[in-house]
Amino acid sequence: MYSSALEVNHLTKIYKNGFTALNDVSLTIQQGDFFSLLGPNGAGKTTLIGVITTLIKKTSGTITIYGHDLAQEEFVAKQILGVVPQEINLPAFETCWQILINQAGYHGIPVKAAKESAEQCLRQLFLWDKRDSQTIALSGGMKRRLMIARALIHQPKLLILDEPTAGVDIEIRRSMWQFLSELNRNGTTILLTTHYLEEAENLCNKVALINLGKIQYQGEMKQFISQLEVETFVLQIAESLTGLPLPTTWNWRLVNSQTIEVDLPKEKTISELIEFLHSKNITVIRLTNKFNRLEELFINLTKQVAHV
Amino acid sequence: MFKNYLIALKTLAFKECYRILRIWTQTIVPPVITMILYFLIFGQFLGNHIGMIEGVTYTSFITPGFIMMSTITNTYANVSGSLFMNKFQRSIEDLLIAPVPPTVILWGYILGGLFRGLLIALIVTLVACFFTKLQFTHYLILICTIFLTLIALSCAGFINGMIARKFDDIALVPTFILVPLTYLGGVFYPINNLAPLYYHISLFNPIIYMVNLFRYGMLGITDVNINFALSILLVITIALYLLAYWMFKQGIGVKR
Ligand SMILES: Nc1ncnc2c1ncn2[C@@H]1O[C@H](COP(=O)(O)OP(=O)(O)OP(=O)(O)O)[C@@H](O)[C@H]1O
Ligand SMILES: [Mg+2]
Repeated sequence: MYSSALEVNHLTKIYKNGFTALNDVSLTIQQGDFFSLLGPNGAGKTTLIGVITTLIKKTSGTITIYGHDLAQEEFVAKQILGVVPQEINLPAFETCWQILINQAGYHGIPVKAAKESAEQCLRQLFLWDKRDSQTIALSGGMKRRLMIARALIHQPKLLILDEPTAGVDIEIRRSMWQFLSELNRNGTTILLTTHYLEEAENLCNKVALINLGKIQYQGEMKQFISQLEVETFVLQIAESLTGLPLPTTWNWRLVNSQTIEVDLPKEKTISELIEFLHSKNITVIRLTNKFNRLEELFINLTKQVAHV
Repeated sequence: MFKNYLIALKTLAFKECYRILRIWTQTIVPPVITMILYFLIFGQFLGNHIGMIEGVTYTSFITPGFIMMSTITNTYANVSGSLFMNKFQRSIEDLLIAPVPPTVILWGYILGGLFRGLLIALIVTLVACFFTKLQFTHYLILICTIFLTLIALSCAGFINGMIARKFDDIALVPTFILVPLTYLGGVFYPINNLAPLYYHISLFNPIIYMVNLFRYGMLGITDVNINFALSILLVITIALYLLAYWMFKQGIGVKR
């Protein structure tokens, strides 16, 4: 019988100090999805993951993992789950190898299979050379990869990653993206939280937006992107401009004499923009999109909420 | 499922034992040094002046108490320290996320506590060999006493580790409760000799029963009724176990 990979129903979490971190959150992730949970700092992403992993006690609501109710079949549900937490939680004086073997043991994997699996996971995440290092001697990026390896030791069907690429250099971030995509293609359902829209856009087919403990949007990634009304582009131009000889129908900003930023509304195309500039004898050398779309979106969202 | 839990338990227990052996300079050496000093001072230097107590030499009399004392404090420190360390480094999270029921986790720590406690008991017994002639009278009582005591103290340490928020909280109970209770727990003197008031107060000290049971097991002498002492110990152990289990299941101190 088919069941969704994760179903969160009317989940509410009120912390002991009375703060409502999750407010009636409902979320469905289908098997095979690569799902991103986007939200600004303090939105409730880690709290949501905490409740799913039972590290945080829910106030009300239900959670089902591959058809297993977390409250009733906790240990069956958890066997399906792999988790990479936001904050490093590795024991300082254990080696990479021991950590993976122990985690395999917690999942009931016999020693022989555990060793094979540990080797495979360490190699996949380029940590095989470090297998005998204590975690205290690992760099931040290595620790993060070790946490991924640890989460994969029992081949979970649902992998949850809480900002896995925070503090990881670009090269490793790329290889991590590649790795996760491949994992997803091979059938692992993935839930990932991130602040970066670009990351989510590159990897995920589904997205949910969370802010102030409420789900603001949930749906297909493509649709979501197309709904982002305004995109900002940065243009490098050949001529030095001192003022903007441009009509206000376009939303311009002069960053410096050879760089301008343009907010492009959905109904306008890039061709139109280039043609327009061309007609003004302005040559565009480079065009990049600005990596702040999400921030702006969040700012807008927060404003909206504040207005309500 | 049951097989999985057994593997998880084995993993946890081995991890705990490995930790104890890895940091042996902190876990094994200090109690041994302390006990050698105790035997020298109380057994050799003072003991010769005290003479016989309840038909045995003073050194013989204090030996069971010394074994108990060191094993009690070490077991407690082991479980509370290990659990708190895991909480402090947040590495307890990988265990809480994994499909391991609270019972298995609790027993993993208890087995670690038992390992440390039995190891210390063994070493202190060996140390005692050099100072007095050892005697073992009631084996079954010895075994029951040491296991029940160590399980009880492991659970108590587990509770302490759960509610501790900072390192100081780990030292609080040993300093202000455990050590005073052991010192007043009939390790150094027979409580029969005390004035009636102190004698009756002493009976509220659970350590009295552990020490006397162990002394009875070794030397065949006791200040309290053995059946009563065993019952008390059993009740304390079960109560502490249930409390530790309940608190852990609630997630007190480990879940938000
Ligand atoms: N133990 C706690 N007690 C009270 N409030 C808490 C607790 N933990 C978190 N919060 C609050 O809950 C809200 C959500 O926190 P959470 O960690 O889930 O955010 P997040 O979306 O993961 O943020 P970030 O992107 O910064 O990781 C925040 O406002 C935070 O202050
Ligand atoms: Mg977070």
